[in-house]
Amino acid sequence: MNNPPDVSPDPAEHEEYAHNVAAHVNRYLIVGGILLFATGLTVALSYVDFGSRKANIAVALIVATFKVGLVAAIFMHLAAEKRLIYRVLLFTGLFVFALFWLTFLAWYDPVSR
Amino acid sequence: MEIPYTVSNRPDTGLWNAKIGIWLFLASEVMLFGGLFSAYIFLRIDAPPGYWPHGLLNVPVGTLNTAILIASSVTVVLAWAALKMRRYNAYWWYMLATISCGVIFLTVKLAYEWPQKFEHFGAFIKPEALEKYESYLGNHHLEEKGLPARYEITGHLHNPQAWRDPNIKEYEVALDPVNADPTNPSMDRPHFLYVPPTDKVAKIEKEDVARAGMFTPDHSTYFATYFTITGLHGLHVLGGVLVFFYMWLPVSKKVYQRNPEHLANRVEVSGLFWHFVDLIWIFVFPLFYLL
Repeated sequence: MNNPPDVSPDPAEHEEYAHNVAAHVNRYLIVGGILLFATGLTVALSYVDFGSRKANIAVALIVATFKVGLVAAIFMHLAAEKRLIYRVLLFTGLFVFALFWLTFLAWYDPVSR
Repeated sequence: MEIPYTVSNRPDTGLWNAKIGIWLFLASEVMLFGGLFSAYIFLRIDAPPGYWPHGLLNVPVGTLNTAILIASSVTVVLAWAALKMRRYNAYWWYMLATISCGVIFLTVKLAYEWPQKFEHFGAFIKPEALEKYESYLGNHHLEEKGLPARYEITGHLHNPQAWRDPNIKEYEVALDPVNADPTNPSMDRPHFLYVPPTDKVAKIEKEDVARAGMFTPDHSTYFATYFTITGLHGLHVLGGVLVFFYMWLPVSKKVYQRNPEHLANRVEVSGLFWHFVDLIWIFVFPLFYLL
C-alpha cells in the first residue's frame, strides 16, 4: 500500500497513524529528488543526437512519461486508490485516446490530400 | 445546512464527496489539455521541414521553472502530511513555500519569458529570395550536412516602425548568433544557454519577406500553440495559488480547529489539482523548449 491509512476515530491509534505518515514523508522527498534528477536528464538527453529528431522526441517522451507516472502514483496517490476513481480514469483514458485518434484521422483526410 | 460527506465516506461511492468531485474535474481537464496537445501534434506533423523552430526558448529558465513546480508539488504533499500528523505550524510553512513557488513560476513566465519574446523579431524569407540572404541562412552548409534548411532570419528589430509603415521598404535586424554566423558548426543545433542578438545588422527588403513579426501568437503555429498552452497552464497555476492562499489564511485555521481532517481533505483535493498542473508542465517543457 502506498497511501497512509484513513484516520482512525480512536485517539489511541492516532500516534501510530502519525508515525505511518512520517514514513511516507521520506518517500515524497525521494520522489521529488528523482523528479528533479529526471528533469536534468531530459535536458541533457535533448542535446544528445539519437540519429533522428523522431528518436530524440521518443526518448524525451519516455522520460516525461516516467516522471508523470511517478507524480500520479505517489503524489496523487493513484498507486493505491479506490476502485471508483480508477473507473473514472479508465473512461478518461478511453475518451482521450479517441480524441488523439481523431487527430490521426484528420491527418489521413483524403479530401485535402 | 452542513455539507455532507466532507470528511467521512459516502456509503454508495466509498469516497468523501470532494475527492470524487476533483477527479471528475481532472478528467475534464485531461480532455481540455488533450485537445490542445492533439492540435500541437497535428500542426507539428504538418509543418514543412524547417518551419518548426528550435532553440527559440530559454532552456535554463524553462528548466528552473520546471524544478520550481516539482518542488512545489513536494511541498504541497508535505503540507497535507503535516496536517495528517496534526502539525499546523509545519503545514503553514509548507503552504507558504508552495504559494511562493507558484508566484515565482508566474513571475518568471509573465515578467521575463513572455516579454522577451514580444521584443524578438523574425522574418520568413520567400523561397525565391533565399539565395540572396544565403550569408545569413547558411543553407548550402546545412544541405551538405543533411540538416533542414533555414527560412527565417531572427533578431532585434532596429527600426520597429518598419513593421507597420508601408513606406519603409526594409527591416533592419540586429541578428541572432545563428544568422550572424550561420555556417559555424556550433550553430547547427540550439544552444543550452541563451545568447542575445549580436551587433551585426542585416537589411532585409520587405518584398523578399513572406511574413514577418514579433514572437507573438500570430508569428507561427509554434508560437500560437506555445502561448495558448502555456497561457492556459499559467491560468491554472494562478487558480491554484489563489486557492492555496485562502487555505493559508487564518480563516482556514478555524476549519482546522473545528475538524483537522476537513482542512486536510481540502488540501488533498487542491493538491491533486496542483499535481495535475505539474504533470501538464512535465510534457510542455520538453515539447516546446527542447524538441
